[in-house]
Amino acid sequence: MPTKVIAGHEVQINDEGFMTNPQEWDKDIAVEIAHEEGIADLTLAHWKVIDFCRQDGISTGKAPTLRRITTAAGVSTKDMFALFPKGPAKKVAKISGLGKPEGCV
Amino acid sequence: MMTMNPPTMTPTLAPSYLPAMPQQKEETRKVAFICSKGTLDMVYPALVMGWAALGNGIDVTIFFTFWGLDMINKNRVDHIEIAPVGNTAMKMSMMGLNTGNLGIPQLVGALPGMTAFATKLMKDKMNALEVPTVREYLQMLVDGGAKLYACKMSVDMMGLKKEDFIEGVEDIVTAADFMDMTDGAQIVFI
Repeated sequence: MPTKVIAGHEVQINDEGFMTNPQEWDKDIAVEIAHEEGIADLTLAHWKVIDFCRQDGISTGKAPTLRRITTAAGVSTKDMFALFPKGPAKKVAKISGLGKPEGCV
Repeated sequence: MMTMNPPTMTPTLAPSYLPAMPQQKEETRKVAFICSKGTLDMVYPALVMGWAALGNGIDVTIFFTFWGLDMINKNRVDHIEIAPVGNTAMKMSMMGLNTGNLGIPQLVGALPGMTAFATKLMKDKMNALEVPTVREYLQMLVDGGAKLYACKMSVDMMGLKKEDFIEGVEDIVTAADFMDMTDGAQIVFI
């Protein structure tokens, strides 16, 4: 399993760059991955989504899909695309230290 | 007299005739769907794939033509159906009967109410999987940035107007307009 140093921590990642152990995640890592993904500043609105994804991801064992985030976290589809442009669910999953979301909806 | 130079280890440089590496330019992938059908099984593919495309950061354009206009017609979008007649893939086992490959007899499928029944069955199955309705899916796509267009010729043929369409349909355009706006896109005809 490849590893990568993010924000001074060595973490395990898969070949698509998703962290494979959510326990290795912390907020500094989130900030640095967000930078890599083109999000300069994580605002409160971003953190609301990230916090939801962390909780949901850890309790269900898989990263939430976009539909799951919009219905369960109460963040609109429009807002999701504005906060995390170009592939919101994948992007937020990566920032949250979770795997790639699976599912068609 | 010729002297042989001992072989020397010279660092290999990229030959100058090779083209320079192209600039790493991230061009956004584009996909365009043409929806020409108005049956339940044929309206979902573009919705599902369009949503997946948006989720992968791909630009999405959808062009509705012929029966596909039912998907964006305010009065039709909630009443998209599927008929058992002529559908050899629809088996009785879908109804939970242990009948293997036995199809729904065509004469039975033609009975009044059978289309409504098959439609309900399929919608129930989709509900159980939490698949959004066609109307909701289209709204999700629009919110995600997909562009929806109606085909001018079909709109004229069916006597429809822009007001007949759900919100989010950008415009009624010609086939030539569609070709212009999908320059460089991968086109999927459904």
